[in-house]
Amino acid sequence: MTSLIRNRNAVPNEWALLQSASGPDAFSALRGRKVLLPLELILSDEDEARAQLGAIGVWLDSHQDLASIENRIADFQLIALNFPVFSDGRPFSLARRLRLELGFTGEIRAIGDVLRDQLCFLERCGFNSFALRSDQDVDECLSAFDDFSSTYTATALNQEPIFRRR
Amino acid sequence: MYRYDGYDATMLEERVIQFRSQTNRYLEGKLTDAEFLPLRLQNGLYVQRLAPMLRIAVPYGMLSARQLRKLAFISSHYDKGYGHFTTRQNIQFNWPALEDVPDLLAHLAEVEMHAIQTSGNCIRNTTTDQFAGVAVDEIEDSRPYCEIIRQWSTFHPEFAYLPRKFKIAVCGTQEDHAATQVHDIGLYLRKNEAGETGFQILAGGGLGRTPVIGQVVFDFVERHDLLSALEAILRVYNREGRRDNKYKARIKILVRETGLETFREKVMHEWKQLRGGSLTLTDAEIERCKSYFQEPAYKALEPNPASLREALARDVLFASWFSHNVTPHKKLGYAAVAISFKKTGYAPGDVSEEQLNALAHLAERFSFGEVRVTHAQNVILADVEESELYNLYLSLAPDSLQADNLNKLSDIICCPGGDFCALANAKSIPIAEAIQRRFDDRDLLADIGEVSLNISGCMNACGHHHVGNIGVLGVDKKGEEFYQVSIGGSSKREAKLGKILGPSFAQTDIPSVVADLVSVYRERRLADEKFIDTVERIGVDPFKKRVYEKDQ
Ligand code: HEM
Ligand code: SF4
Repeated sequence: MTSLIRNRNAVPNEWALLQSASGPDAFSALRGRKVLLPLELILSDEDEARAQLGAIGVWLDSHQDLASIENRIADFQLIALNFPVFSDGRPFSLARRLRLELGFTGEIRAIGDVLRDQLCFLERCGFNSFALRSDQDVDECLSAFDDFSSTYTATALNQEPIFRRR
Repeated sequence: MYRYDGYDATMLEERVIQFRSQTNRYLEGKLTDAEFLPLRLQNGLYVQRLAPMLRIAVPYGMLSARQLRKLAFISSHYDKGYGHFTTRQNIQFNWPALEDVPDLLAHLAEVEMHAIQTSGNCIRNTTTDQFAGVAVDEIEDSRPYCEIIRQWSTFHPEFAYLPRKFKIAVCGTQEDHAATQVHDIGLYLRKNEAGETGFQILAGGGLGRTPVIGQVVFDFVERHDLLSALEAILRVYNREGRRDNKYKARIKILVRETGLETFREKVMHEWKQLRGGSLTLTDAEIERCKSYFQEPAYKALEPNPASLREALARDVLFASWFSHNVTPHKKLGYAAVAISFKKTGYAPGDVSEEQLNALAHLAERFSFGEVRVTHAQNVILADVEESELYNLYLSLAPDSLQADNLNKLSDIICCPGGDFCALANAKSIPIAEAIQRRFDDRDLLADIGEVSLNISGCMNACGHHHVGNIGVLGVDKKGEEFYQVSIGGSSKREAKLGKILGPSFAQTDIPSVVADLVSVYRERRLADEKFIDTVERIGVDPFKKRVYEKDQ
């Protein structure tokens, strides 16, 4: 089972996720539910999705960029960024851009190959929820956020770099 | 030099604890090899041919006597009594056991040292000129900016999983001692017409399989904007650098495939969002960092004192060492001294426990307690009184540190090669030694003059062979070790990649190939012309002809 951490708490996951190959015919089975849609489906069938589903979020793969939704991010409660492998660093930049430059205030979720030792930096980049890879130990993951008590760089939690705090 | 405050010290302690936990989880089987790999690399730990290798960061090459003594302790407790200075001003140990590394890091933390981001696909140790702060031709001391970059890049959460490693060098002098143009980002300090300090920013340089000289992305970035400009470049690279093929993943390939103009536009697009934001450096921060690199308490000294002149007249060996290893200093009566770690018969850059302790002692006695490691794998005492040079010279003898060959043919840059490195095609240390033996003649070396000879054991180019005036590269020919030779490379302001002479040579031929190259130079040179200048003037052909004519 995939565990979810949101704002440093283990919580149940209410969101269903549609894979990138899915089409609008998948909506009827999820009627009224909260659903994470792949970016392609948002671009092709958003109206239909909003009509049938309870709430919609969007997920992007690591190679996709935000340009197509950049000017309306507030339309989404949840934006999820996928890690095909944990060592793919691209979503770190997407999250920082969403949180720090575009000012997105909703939930940013890491999905895919999400491991304990990435969590601290993911959070600093603006992720506040984490759908852990199924083999991860939730308690060990919860401790990851306290690996460091301070930081040199500006982060999503503290938007001043160290030289403005010293 | 920079001293840690509470923030730095706490983060470093927490890092040691974090790595201890990661190592334990790995040893318990909770982390796979693949998952542990980036974690150990970001703490400097490679798994090598014989044992793990640990690379310890020496920020921009500066070491205090206290740190040197700690390194000596580490070399005796966790290694076989020696370490190795690298071409990125760091130090490596070849024998520590994996399970000991957390303890070793705890020892380092006591003296404000660590192995953070010394390998892995992240921003590495920032390097600079070993003469920073004392060079005669300095525009501004580069070290405060190196420290600013160190803090920005350390634990930068966005750039811990870049497509590939990322190296930054800063140069504050006219002559470039930092190989700035073959770095992923190279920064040249400069002043604009209004007298403001800023940086010319190059990107896309690098060695390895595809050697490239960096290109100018911004001609002048005002110093307060330094970090936002760097962050913009890194973000474009993190988003768009290739991740499908590790041999094409460096920023040099991105810049080449995107084209400089388009790359610059992409960077500008990011920079527009970042510039003027919280990354803008404050005057207070620049001043704070500068305050750590103030001039030491120099005395008012008479230049070229009588005692020095007498010693030079009396002792010809000292005079030779003086003419090769001593560099003028901006302060009258002082000199910068290079201690060569290229004595014939010793692996280039290798340093023993005794030598580390001796360096600590020499630093305290002669140079305000500090030394600098150079990218050519030597060590500098930056602030020696001229009247003390002879005493210093005499003190070097017991530890075999008197080699008088700085920037000479036997001052070879050399990677660990096949003796230690799992990636090697061929050995490199024995080649260096064979060349040194062939040219182990003080007068001959002096006559040949300034020339750089760089050796790598494979195309990863850790020994900078592409930018050696003479470059030697180990290649594998049907399971046998062969060597390709190039000439004309340079890592200075006029950086150039060497040209390959032709078919590769057997190991035993290399000293005579080098001898042929040297004899062509000595026959053809004009007065005062250096090896590199002769190659530049007459081209590669005369050298090629001489080297291969025996085969015909
Ligand atoms: C013994 C273990 C070592 C291993 C496994 C190793 C591995 C590598 C690899 C794979 C590259 C190529 C990276 C690329 O092209 O993207 C590289 C480049 C490099 N390494 Fe090493 N290396 C080792 C030791 C050293 C040492 C001892 C030094 C210094 C003396 C060093 C300095 C460098 C430098 C300067 C480069 C070139 C940087 C560039 O491509 O721009 N390495 N190393
Ligand atoms: S150049 Fe090759 S042989 Fe030499 S250290 Fe680097 S990877 Fe190893």
